Amino acid sequence: MNKLVSSLEEAVRLSGLKDGMTISFHHHLRNGDHVLNLVLDAIAQMGIKDLTINASSIFDVHMPLLDHIKNGVVTGLETAYIGAKIGRELSRGLLPRPIVFRTHGGRPSDIISGRSRIDVAFLAAPTADDHGNFTGKAGKSACGSLGYAFADAEHAGKTVVITDNLVPYPLAGASIRETCVDYVVQVDSIGDPAGIVSGTTQITRSPVRLQIADTAVACIEASGLLEDGFAFQTGAGGISLAVAKGLKDKMLARGVVGSYCMGGITSYIVDMLQAGCFRALVDCQCFDLTAVESIRTDPRHWEVSAAQYASPTAKSCLVDGLDVVVLGATEMDFDFNVNVHTDSKGNIMGGSGGHSDAAAGAKMTMIVAPLLRNRIPLIMPRVTCITTPGNTVDVLVTQYGVAVNPARADLRSRFEAAGLPVKDIRALYQTAIALTGEPTYPQRREGKVLAQVFYRDGSLIDTLYCVE
Amino acid sequence: MWKGMNHMNLTRAAGAGTDKSGDVLVWAEPGGSPVQIEVESSVADLFGGAILAAVQETAAACGVTAGRIRIQDKGALDYVIRARVETALRRSGGEA
Repeated sequence: MNKLVSSLEEAVRLSGLKDGMTISFHHHLRNGDHVLNLVLDAIAQMGIKDLTINASSIFDVHMPLLDHIKNGVVTGLETAYIGAKIGRELSRGLLPRPIVFRTHGGRPSDIISGRSRIDVAFLAAPTADDHGNFTGKAGKSACGSLGYAFADAEHAGKTVVITDNLVPYPLAGASIRETCVDYVVQVDSIGDPAGIVSGTTQITRSPVRLQIADTAVACIEASGLLEDGFAFQTGAGGISLAVAKGLKDKMLARGVVGSYCMGGITSYIVDMLQAGCFRALVDCQCFDLTAVESIRTDPRHWEVSAAQYASPTAKSCLVDGLDVVVLGATEMDFDFNVNVHTDSKGNIMGGSGGHSDAAAGAKMTMIVAPLLRNRIPLIMPRVTCITTPGNTVDVLVTQYGVAVNPARADLRSRFEAAGLPVKDIRALYQTAIALTGEPTYPQRREGKVLAQVFYRDGSLIDTLYCVE
Repeated sequence: MWKGMNHMNLTRAAGAGTDKSGDVLVWAEPGGSPVQIEVESSVADLFGGAILAAVQETAAACGVTAGRIRIQDKGALDYVIRARVETALRRSGGEA
């Protein structure tokens, strides 16, 4: 059946979208996404108001969203991540209702269970046919995996596919199938390729950060987990990429063949696959063009849904099989709680993404971060926001030493036996304070609630308050 | 701390430092007494008091009792702030 409609407005009209409903978006086009802005402009023109946006992530390219909040088109926002620039604006409390933060695993869990209802999903599709089969692996706006779009496509009341590369039916090898698609819309451009591969996908050149990465690799080797079948996730931060590079050399030297590697997939991870370090890459999100090319051409590089990646209510998921995950932190406290939601002033500048999902699943969760950044100590008595609870975080690696969660005496003794610089987390805090001076931390805020932060199991883990 | 002089008169506008992260940009110029200090910092919430004290103490140690000092800080550590302020004051005082 040909589902092509003439315009976005027509698709919105046919979808039956009304005031007060919830619409959804995936974030695979990252900071190059045009679709969220295009759809909101069309909806605003049509006079529909009071909508909730459920987007897997919000990036700074979505700044026009602020106008649609001010004019009442959008009154609610549910997401797993918000970019720093738009986050700072939202932190002043523009939305009448608190922002709802979920994790990358909690979001599909809630959508599939029906706890989080999506009325209309607007799905950016780098290549689609007129029945609604679509993929992210080809087209001028190719983004690779469409992992975060699966739950939306399959469980939304209505699904609108938006493409700038319409191909004749049938599209072979489609990721998401016509069975769940209602309408297809063709537009000039769904995204800017330069922004699709935005972000911190370059390896660090800082000597301090490279030293942290070296220590992290030594910790992984000392952990006893680096054996055949090793399953690994790393982020796309500069230190994490350096860890991947160091780990690759270590695995090749020792002849270790891992089972799978996942996370935001970058050229460094593709290199590891091609060098034989892993049997498979499982990919919910590509971060660069090398990753896009790899998922398109290499059958060992699989696309997985966010639910298979990390849903706590799926019958099984990939984070649960992880041996090691390497993650970043904005703040970390004496109880090993990690904040990646806010800066020290309480402004939103991120979100869990899959941080707390991977931390919960992995046998060893490692945080890699400099002990201080522009005078701000990483460690503090109590984080500004709990993104990831300390009972799922095992190791902190800094340039001044390695702190091990007291619950992991096993790891601590392995690290000490390997001659690694193990320190108490409070001692690392004192080292930082000796360099920076004692900070005067702002009082825990009160007043208007800015955001509710939900842990992956749906429990409220923290509450953020508006920043003046 | 440089200890070459008990009293220093600021005679011209001079600067030191950079506007890069982890550094501080300092401007010093002649002005009235007592010294007028303006601090702008990315970490004012956490370290505002310590930064102001570092500037005041450095000015006093250099023997500067009149003039205007402005700083734009992007998270410089205490010793960096003191060194940059001293350099700006010495340039302003005709030393360098």
